Amino acid sequence: MWSQIQSNQRKSLFYSLLMGFVLAATGCAFGIILIPGIEGVTVGCFAALVVWLFLMLVSYFSGDKILLASSGARKIMHDDFPQLFNVVEEMKIASGLPKMPEVYIIEDRIPNAFATGKGPERCAVAVTTGLLERLSRDELQGVIAHEISHIVNRDVKLMATLGVTLGAIVLLSESLTRNRYVLYGRRRSGGSGGNGQAQAIMLAASLIFIILAPALAQLIYFAVSRKREFLADACGVQYSRYPEGLASALEKISTVQGGMETANKVTAPMYIVNPFSRFNSASGLMSTHPPTRERVNILRGMAGGMSLAAYQKSFIENSKNGKMIFSSADLNTRLYKGSPSAAGFVPAQGLGEKLSAPMEFGVPIAVDVKAAPRTAADNAPVTTKGEISDFLHKSDDYKIIYCTCGLKIKIPPTYAKEHIFCSRCGIKYLLNK
Amino acid sequence: MMPLMGFLGTIVLLALIFIGMYNGLVRMRNQVKNAWAQIDVQLKRRHDLIPNLVETAKGYMKHERDTLENITKARNLAQGAAGAGAAKQSGAENMLGGALMKFFAVAENYPDLKANQNFLAIQEELSSTENKISFARQFYNDAVMLYNTKIQSIPTNIIAGMCGFKEESLFELEDAAERAVPKVSFD
Repeated sequence: MWSQIQSNQRKSLFYSLLMGFVLAATGCAFGIILIPGIEGVTVGCFAALVVWLFLMLVSYFSGDKILLASSGARKIMHDDFPQLFNVVEEMKIASGLPKMPEVYIIEDRIPNAFATGKGPERCAVAVTTGLLERLSRDELQGVIAHEISHIVNRDVKLMATLGVTLGAIVLLSESLTRNRYVLYGRRRSGGSGGNGQAQAIMLAASLIFIILAPALAQLIYFAVSRKREFLADACGVQYSRYPEGLASALEKISTVQGGMETANKVTAPMYIVNPFSRFNSASGLMSTHPPTRERVNILRGMAGGMSLAAYQKSFIENSKNGKMIFSSADLNTRLYKGSPSAAGFVPAQGLGEKLSAPMEFGVPIAVDVKAAPRTAADNAPVTTKGEISDFLHKSDDYKIIYCTCGLKIKIPPTYAKEHIFCSRCGIKYLLNK
Repeated sequence: MMPLMGFLGTIVLLALIFIGMYNGLVRMRNQVKNAWAQIDVQLKRRHDLIPNLVETAKGYMKHERDTLENITKARNLAQGAAGAGAAKQSGAENMLGGALMKFFAVAENYPDLKANQNFLAIQEELSSTENKISFARQFYNDAVMLYNTKIQSIPTNIIAGMCGFKEESLFELEDAAERAVPKVSFD
């Protein structure tokens, strides 16, 4: 955990520097447009720095209060919602936080959750009443584990810093592009008297850059946000040791239509699921969260254990990009002996080798279907209801497919179609008879 | 002059690296000790809390039973008193009175005991206490795993050997019977 925090902090530094560079360049462009020449550069950088410092101070001292107040959150204690409080306390123990985070409730029918705060010493977790209504205890625990991982990974600080930098860039840029006087009626006085052609080129470059800077900064911001979400999923599983909890919670949350009333685009990365989009839409470069289906597939594909290495393996197999997301220093984690390596998850059987194609929603999977063979175990006395029904199915020549979500799909012998859908997760299987 | 500066610089760099690694090992070892102590914190909490919870529940159950008994006694008395003056009242009022009494009797037979909610809350607290103990053990094992890995990897194993950092042991079940699946029967 600690090596991973350090490597996260190194990466945070890199992204912060990158955004800072964009900010400085925006400041220079800003200055050059207003005052042609070298003074423009220094004035612009100074202006950018001032704006940025102001926003950082505001965000540092009261950022979390602003977020909580603007979302209408109400602080609760143990006796108001004992189950929620207990779940947060359990995750606090599993993650090693020094102090219990404050727990807030938001009255909203849309299920969602977020984490905020300066760091492990002072942090908060907020949950909507819609979430509490819909999720079971294990699913709630998966969601809280994800939020607490954001706190432990110092994601909140990173996204706040990047958000502020982005805000400063947008402010500087829009103050020029929206200001018609500046664009059309610039003064040409001052300047260091350099040659006019160089000035014109610099001016043109600055104009182009200042128009593009917000978009560029937003791309960086959203890319970092998506990467952090995967990281939080992985660490959350490490704490709760039950990936199926978070996976089914994500499914339940994303199938609810509609957006939250109290979220906006800048605070969106703090939430567990994009508070604006529905299940599959709005994924891509301009989205703060990776597509939910991809996150669910990765979580359900963790067959080798609960560590970061297992998550990364599943990530490479199941995600669109398939590149590594953890450094080798993060991966020196192995499970201690005696831990349940497949707790709560049944690995895919009956499909031969592991799936080589990423599991996209709607892409069918071909599977060879033979009748389940009779084994010696079939003659053992059956005692449970499940065993009895399996026995009857086998004796009637039902075919069984083991879906990766854990469901056993039983196909009657008279089934005529060429495909079948898993009733739990919706994956389509093509039957080669 | 230059080779001397380079040599000194290397020495300083090595010293800094050494110090950094040593501090890291110290921090990890203290984290392991802290995690072990946290398990005891949760065990003590269970020891203190559960008997109190059970006593509270028993107290509330007794209170409810006493209240129910008193109400039933009062109803019986009232019925008796109403029966004595029934001769003076009309037949319809009598029947209505009688029906209402039977209605109350039925409601008292199947009361909505709040003790049921109490039991649900106690169940949640019990299972949460057990969860907390097991998460504390999980955290201890995670801390030990990272510490042992660090001690065993190059280059920190050199420093660990020099300064006397020993491996810690993981939390394991002493009683093998605890690994068996428990039998559940409601007979």
